[in-house]
Amino acid sequence: MRNLVEAFRFPQQPKREPATGAPAAQAIPLIPAKASQTPDYVFSGAMLFCGLSLVAIVVLIVIELVLQSKLSIHAFGWSFFKGINWDPVSGDFGALPFIYGTVVSSLVALVIAIPLSIGVAVFITEMCPKPVRGTISFLTELLAAIPSVVFGLWAIFVLAPLLRTHVQPWLAKYLGWTGLFAGPPFGIGMLAAGVILAIMIVPIIASITREVLTAVPQQQREAVLALGATRWEMIRIGVLRNARTGIVGAIILGLGRALGETMAVTMVIGNTPQIAKSLFAPGYTMAAVIANEFTEATGDLYLSALVEIGLGLFLVTIVVNILAGLLVWSVTRGMPARVRA
Amino acid sequence: MPDDAITAKAGTMGTPPERSPSQQRFLDWRRKLTDRLATGFAVLMAALVVAPLLAVFTYLVVRGIGSLNLAFFTHLPVPVGEKGGGVANAIVGSVMILGIASIIGVPWGIGAGIYLAEYGRGRFAWLLRFTADVLNGVPSIVIGIVAYALVVLKQKHFSALSGGVALGIMMIPTITRATEEVLLLVPLSVREAAWGIGVARWRATLSITLRTASAGVITAVMLAFARVAGETAPLLFTAFGNQFWNLNPNQPTAALPLQLFVYAISPFDEWHRLAWACALVLIVLIVGAVAAVRLVASRGMLQGAS
Amino acid sequence: MGVGVQVEKLNAWFGATQALYDVAMNVPANHATAVIGPSGCGKSTFVRCLNRMHETVRDARLEGRVRIGSMEVYGDGTSATEVRRRVGMVFQKPNPFPTMSIYDNVAAGLKLNGFHNRRVLDEVVERSLHMAALWDEVKDSLKKKSGASLSGGQQQRLCIARALAVQPEVMLMDEPASALDPISTSKIEELIFELKEQYTIVIVTHNMQQAARVAEYTGFFLMGKLIEFDKTEKIFTNPSDKRTEDYITGRFG
Repeated sequence: MRNLVEAFRFPQQPKREPATGAPAAQAIPLIPAKASQTPDYVFSGAMLFCGLSLVAIVVLIVIELVLQSKLSIHAFGWSFFKGINWDPVSGDFGALPFIYGTVVSSLVALVIAIPLSIGVAVFITEMCPKPVRGTISFLTELLAAIPSVVFGLWAIFVLAPLLRTHVQPWLAKYLGWTGLFAGPPFGIGMLAAGVILAIMIVPIIASITREVLTAVPQQQREAVLALGATRWEMIRIGVLRNARTGIVGAIILGLGRALGETMAVTMVIGNTPQIAKSLFAPGYTMAAVIANEFTEATGDLYLSALVEIGLGLFLVTIVVNILAGLLVWSVTRGMPARVRA
Repeated sequence: MPDDAITAKAGTMGTPPERSPSQQRFLDWRRKLTDRLATGFAVLMAALVVAPLLAVFTYLVVRGIGSLNLAFFTHLPVPVGEKGGGVANAIVGSVMILGIASIIGVPWGIGAGIYLAEYGRGRFAWLLRFTADVLNGVPSIVIGIVAYALVVLKQKHFSALSGGVALGIMMIPTITRATEEVLLLVPLSVREAAWGIGVARWRATLSITLRTASAGVITAVMLAFARVAGETAPLLFTAFGNQFWNLNPNQPTAALPLQLFVYAISPFDEWHRLAWACALVLIVLIVGAVAAVRLVASRGMLQGAS
Repeated sequence: MGVGVQVEKLNAWFGATQALYDVAMNVPANHATAVIGPSGCGKSTFVRCLNRMHETVRDARLEGRVRIGSMEVYGDGTSATEVRRRVGMVFQKPNPFPTMSIYDNVAAGLKLNGFHNRRVLDEVVERSLHMAALWDEVKDSLKKKSGASLSGGQQQRLCIARALAVQPEVMLMDEPASALDPISTSKIEELIFELKEQYTIVIVTHNMQQAARVAEYTGFFLMGKLIEFDKTEKIFTNPSDKRTEDYITGRFG
């Protein structure tokens, strides 16, 4: 203990040459000694402004929608959403056919998309051999990048004829007793809209389901396998059951997207404001009527009615997205931005 | 937490029920069959998902490629009934509208992303993030209505500017969340190094942190750009479309997806042909951007930050 | 020439947890002062209070007085940026700017603060790299190699050069060699030996032998309090406080 210092100090080394150009004692300062804090405050203020503007934009949306639909709200009140007449000539506007069309087309889309998305997600995360995985998930992402209007184009010229000549007759023949597949098969109509919507929402549901499935800890899978389960049983019990909440969230998110889809739907749904039981019949959705008639709207009431539909659409999608967001966040702790693009 | 099904199964595992050997064999066979069926189902689903993608691409190429000639890219649309014509004005118009959208959306989005990553704290930041996600889910046609109300009504005419505003608003949430994500990946040590040499915080954020994450930010911007490049609905009553050249942002302007829509729903075969060509061009651009982004991401978005 | 650092009644908190209790110290100019103590005793926190890095942590709080030369570090008119231009810091894990070349790394402190004269920048970069004993190894690839492509020891010397380029008067080193191999460590220690001539150095170390090798003065911290501060020789051969003696002889820590 006494001579720790001596034990460990370097032997006195010959001084190395001083570094060339050792700075003079009071070197000429190259940068200002004084630095104000103001630029920092300004910058953080500007960034805060950008952040707050997110909320401001949402508020602005609500304000503008309400302002522009005031006329219609005054004229019709709540019965606007129950009215089944959409008659621009006489000035009688009711939104029920569009609500019906939106709901039905989205439901059809979900019925088709849910097994597809979950199947693909399960395939990619649990069954797919590693080298193929990247390709399949890339292709699924690519599907998400195709614009709505391109899907619409394809739906008009490829999907609708396909439905008309092959699918609809088959459906009418075997499932016509349900009443869902009655009437002349135009190709264009509620069914076509539902199918193209399904194709469009599969990537969203699938990618979030994938995130959710990947978030299930490996121990869950191993525990079930250790009990002698087959792979499917492992997936069913160890993975899907745990990921339930997230998957429901993914589905609701897909629903939210389907509700707001405009272009592809308006190109194949027939744009007829009617409520019909058959899926073969043409229909109309909230987004589609706005797209089609906004620039043709004669008169302030007409325009205001359309905006009120937009307001309704906005509120519905907000609620659905908030619900979905909460469900998914609870499983994945915040959604990565990559998914949304 | 162990799943209740697992514990239930574990509980029943202790005393297997009495079964004859043939019963047991049947049950085992059934489980195996279910497993095979489930696998097959999943593979089928994957195939069914990939099929429309391939179908769309195939049709686009087959129907569209014949129409891609020089005239297509350089001429204006011709009146109905005449052959030929192009979408030059739509391409230029799209560029203008997207340019305006980027000027609005990119700095704003990056700023919000910087706020969330560098300054946000607790509840408030959580609320902003959630709002960004919610904003992402607003249907594009509703954003179009808002842009109409804010710009078109005030100006009393359609314009590329209003279209740019609508698309810009749509870009913001995507860019914000992605920017936040890549900035958070830059380690604290890099920031501390900058602060330590007396660089002001704002300067450090821009010149060091953001610069380190620049690859990721560029990726985010490209993705947002690709997404809005194909948007049609908000442009229907903001930019409105135009049959002629227009370089004035204050006038109605043509856009590629708009033109596609008009051609597609028309009753003329010649226009349908042009619609396929438009779609092909649009797809090539958008998919090209997405693929490029994927390439950059797979090589490591933050080549420098680790 | 370096300046001295005077610390009076320094208390620091992380949220509700107090990390430093009434620390008072007089760091002499142009000497190396070591700060030693067991893990968690507050030595890093103390040093980070000297250049206002402590306040960058969320919910961090501080009371007390720190003077560097004639500058009140926590005075009303003084911004953190000003303090950090006079006090350089080298961190435990080398942290060169990953997307910048060696040249840009060293010049960063000047360029980002508005100084752009090319000729003088070249001189300063060369001088700083000389002082950090790195010049010979990198002089041919200053602008071609990135800061992150160097070895650990070289990166740390690069960080030292970067800090020196801003012409500070005090250099703070938070366990600068703990992540490095023995050869790099000894190079860094040699460096400190030379830098002492012109700068005031405060070095945090968990390695007592390093403190003995490098520093003239040593402060021993325990549980947030400065137990003893004296000439290194005295601390190691004849400490006044029993706790110091226990630590030095390895009874704990």
